[in-house]
This record gives sequence, C-alpha cells and structure tokens, in this order.
Amino acid sequence: MSTSAYAVRDSMTMLRRNLKHMYRYPTITLSVAAMPVVMLLLFVYVFGGAIGNGLGLPGASNDRGEYTNFVVPGIILMAVTSGGVTTAVSVCTDMTEGIINRFRTMAISRASVLVGHVVGSVIQTMISLVFVLGLAFVVGFRPDASPIEWLAAIGLLVLLAFAVTWLSAAMGMGAKTIETASNAPTPLTFLPFLGSAVVTPDSMPVGLRWFAEYQPFTPINETLRGLMLGTEIGNDGLKAIAWCLGLIVVGYLWARAVFNRETTR
Amino acid sequence: MTATAHMAGQPKGISALGLRKAYGEKVVLDGVDLEVPAGTVFSLLGPNGAGKTTTVQILSTLISADAGQAQVAGHVLDREPDAVRAEIGVTGQFSAVDNLLTARENIILMADLHHLPRNEGKQRAAALLERFDLTEVADKPAITFSGGMRRKLDLAMTLVGRPSIIFLDEPTTGLDPRSRRNLWQIIHDLVAEGTTIFLTTQYLEEADQLADRIAVLDGGKIVAEGTAAELKRRIPGGHIRLQFADVHRLDVAARALGQALRDDEALTLQVPNDGSIPALRTVLDRLDAAQIEAEALTVHTPDLDDVFLALTGNQVPGQVSDNTELAKESLR
Repeated sequence: MSTSAYAVRDSMTMLRRNLKHMYRYPTITLSVAAMPVVMLLLFVYVFGGAIGNGLGLPGASNDRGEYTNFVVPGIILMAVTSGGVTTAVSVCTDMTEGIINRFRTMAISRASVLVGHVVGSVIQTMISLVFVLGLAFVVGFRPDASPIEWLAAIGLLVLLAFAVTWLSAAMGMGAKTIETASNAPTPLTFLPFLGSAVVTPDSMPVGLRWFAEYQPFTPINETLRGLMLGTEIGNDGLKAIAWCLGLIVVGYLWARAVFNRETTR
Repeated sequence: MTATAHMAGQPKGISALGLRKAYGEKVVLDGVDLEVPAGTVFSLLGPNGAGKTTTVQILSTLISADAGQAQVAGHVLDREPDAVRAEIGVTGQFSAVDNLLTARENIILMADLHHLPRNEGKQRAAALLERFDLTEVADKPAITFSGGMRRKLDLAMTLVGRPSIIFLDEPTTGLDPRSRRNLWQIIHDLVAEGTTIFLTTQYLEEADQLADRIAVLDGGKIVAEGTAAELKRRIPGGHIRLQFADVHRLDVAARALGQALRDDEALTLQVPNDGSIPALRTVLDRLDAAQIEAEALTVHTPDLDDVFLALTGNQVPGQVSDNTELAKESLR
C-alpha cells in the first residue's frame, strides 16, 4: 500500500476509536446538545414574546411563533459551535495523557490522530444537531425550505462544523489542562449572539453593530435563515462559504503546527 | 574498547554518540554516548532529573537532539524516523492506554495501526491478554484498571507490533512489589526471545536483576558504565550510616570523620567502611573524641546502591562536584 493509502487507513482507525468513545459515552453527545436546547427554550418561551414584539417582525400576528422561526437558525449555529468544547477536551485529554506519545513513536500517519478527532467530532455535532432541530420543530419552528435548500443548509452546517472543530482541536492541543481546553472554545459559542442570531443588528449600538456586520457568524446565520425560511440571502451565501473555508484552513494549519511542536514531558 | 570495534558486523541495536539536549538555559543531556548490542538488556540508571526520559524520548523519535548522532535498529535517527518507529516499541513512565476503551480494544487499536489483518489482530489480542493475565478483564474499560494492570496493558500494546527493540522508561515506578516482580518476569521472557531492551530505572535492584550492562546517568552525563559486577567492584568495601539528632552534631561529626557523604535532610553521614569491628571502633572512637553521640548506626555491605550514591551527586549542593571527583578517584 502507498503512503497515502496508509494515511486513509490510519485515519479510519482513529475515527473508529473516536466513534467508539462517543458510542460508549453518549452523555457527551447529549451535553453538546444541552446548551443550545436550553437557549432554544429560553429564547422561545421566556424572551420570545417580548423580543418578537420589539423586533416588529413581518406577520406579527403571533410574535412568539414568528420569533421562533427567526431565532432557530441562530440556535442551530450555537449547536454547531458548542460541539467545539468536546473536541477541545478530547484532543487535550489525548495530548496530556501518554497515548499521544505512543502514537508519535509508531510508524503511522501523523495527521490521522487529528483527522480522527475532527471527523468524529463533526459526526457528533451533526447528531446533536438532529436533537436540537427535532426539538425546534416541537416548539413551533416551521421552515419552508425545499429539499435542495435543506441539502444546501446541511452542507453549510457541515462546513461550519469542520471550521469550528479544527479551531477547537488546535485550542485543545495548545491547552495545558483539560479545564483550559474546555474554556477555550466557549467564546465561539457566544459569537452568534453578537450577530443576527437573536436580534437584528440594527437594534444594537453602533460599535457592536459594526462588529456584527463583519463577524463570520452573521453571513452564515443570514444564509441559513434564507435557506430555511426564504429570507433574502444576497451575497451572504458566498461570504458564509468563504468564512467557513477560511476558518477551516486557519484551524487546520494552526492545529498541525501545535501538533508538530508539542511533546508532553 | 573492543566492544565498539566488532559492533559493526552484529545485528543492529542502539548506538549514540554525543547526544545533547537543552531546554533554554537548562542542559538536560550533555554529551551522552551509548552502545547497546542487539539482544541485550541495557539499563540507564539515574536519579530523578538525570535525563533518562529525555534520552528515551530522543532515541524513540519523540524529540530531536540538539547535537549528536544515533542509530536505532540500523537506521539513522533523524534521517529515517519512520524506519526506526517500525522497529521499536515504547512503554513510557505514564501509561499510554486509551482509558475509554477496553483492554481488548486498546490492543486491537494497536493491531489496526500496525496494519494487521482483522483476524490476526484479534488473535494477537487474545494471545497477549492471556500472556499478561488480563483475559478476565479484557472487556472492561482501562479506566477501571489498577496501576499494575495498566502497566501490563501498556506493555501488551507495545508488543503488538513485535518490536525488535523495546524502550521501557521506568516501567515499575509506582508499582507494588508483586506487580514489579511480575513485570520483571515478563522482561526476562522478552529477552529470552531475543528482544533488545533499553530500560531506565531509578531502582538499582531492578538494573541488577535485569540488565546485562548498566550506565549511570547523572546531570546529563554518563558517569559510569559496566556490568553490575563491574560497577560494584568499583566501590571497595561498604559503608556505615550514622544518624544524628541535629545539624550541629552532624557538622561536628562530619569534621571529625573527614570523608563522608552527608545528607542534611535526613541528618545522616555515610562513611566508607568495611564493617569490620576494628574499622567500626575507629569511627566510634573519633566520635567520642569529638564528644558527639550518634542516634543510630547501620552497616551496609557493598551493593549497587553504593555505586549509585558515590557516582551521582546525591548530597548537598556545593559538595556535588567534589564527591563526584572523589568517586572517580576511587575508580582508578
């Protein structure tokens, strides 16, 4: 077999390892879904009526119902970003325990360790996303997406999941302790709030509005909302894809650099 | 040395010349030369922080040396790291097992990474679990294992790829005496199969039990090398150990007795002495003359511990170099 065939095979082995972890400890996957689920219930039932009213969304006959449709795409983004925490923790666990040094002293594809983690985490995120989306339907989310639009939305979410996961893998690898690793990706989880996830940026003060305009999650959020609910996407679609690809490249290079540098003592 | 001369034609073990490694200002290895013929057990002996783990990390391709050359299993370390990795197995100080997987899954993970066919992987796993007495717990997650079981699993994982050279970095540190003896037996068996073993330890008894040759590493340098018997021969006679009530008495006694290794923490002096009655009387007479009473006195006949203590700077800072000089003196 050639080197690249071994690389694929080793990556599959590592992926199997991570999937086994996930299968054996399903609570980890549930904990990924917990945060967005709480946020969903909070924003729909506690804040929904008031915010929906205040935003003056179109068709305001039922503020809470309209607002549910408005906020769910943002909650879905949160479900993707909160997957980053478990990625960082599991990568950091590997790095701080002896097992990584065992892998490093074996004639295996070095990238496979990271690829296994990243692909495993993306799958985990997608599973938790199904939970969150299911609950969203229960609380009244009514998208009007066509099958093509659904596929596009899923594609975008997978891209975003890869971006978040590579970044989180890099953070987990650089972290000295599990605690640091679990805190590092948290800001990512809150970034959608500072965009168009829960309110329209026009309602924000100037500085924040400027930030909201230019941060990656706003175009991603707008694209997702457009695909699911038929609002206008414009050039946000391209921006969203560009951001995701850019972040994947940055996260990958960063993770690889830290992986090659770090050796546990 | 003639050993070096006829090395070239033998099966490939490990050889290193002038290994150096520093982390910033701190020099960890300061020119280490090693020669391990294939099929033998070599023990690197030294106190904590001597550079043992760093040596293993370099030779097992985990980190690179700042200077020096090394060959492992006939491959130059920094030129063909993957060829080296294919020949070696490493069991480190901290057990490198996947806690969330079962013992069997851990071993099969290794088999998969060695690209063994599924069936062969399963067979090897069953055989290794049997050999290491882990069959009963084979399907329990490693996180539930005791220290001794983890170490056994760790070693089992190392053996999956049938390495020709195995690095064992303090394999028995933290194990209870029984687990330690078990592990020694396993190592004996591996040697009988022709595996080359590079072992680091801080236990002299372990080196004495297992190793064909021993090198004493201290402060990043090899301070002595030879068989256990050769090393023991280098320290003529044994010593006595005197315990004192306080630092003052320790000071006075140290002055009265001249050549002695002192330990300010334990308030002890270690004096070269063959343990004969006249020799003991001389020491006691000197203490009497200085009007100092010892709390306790123990007699040690020579063992590797003496070599270790004499060769490694195991006393108060400042006297370190003097005592090492002294030890080297006595070697000639």
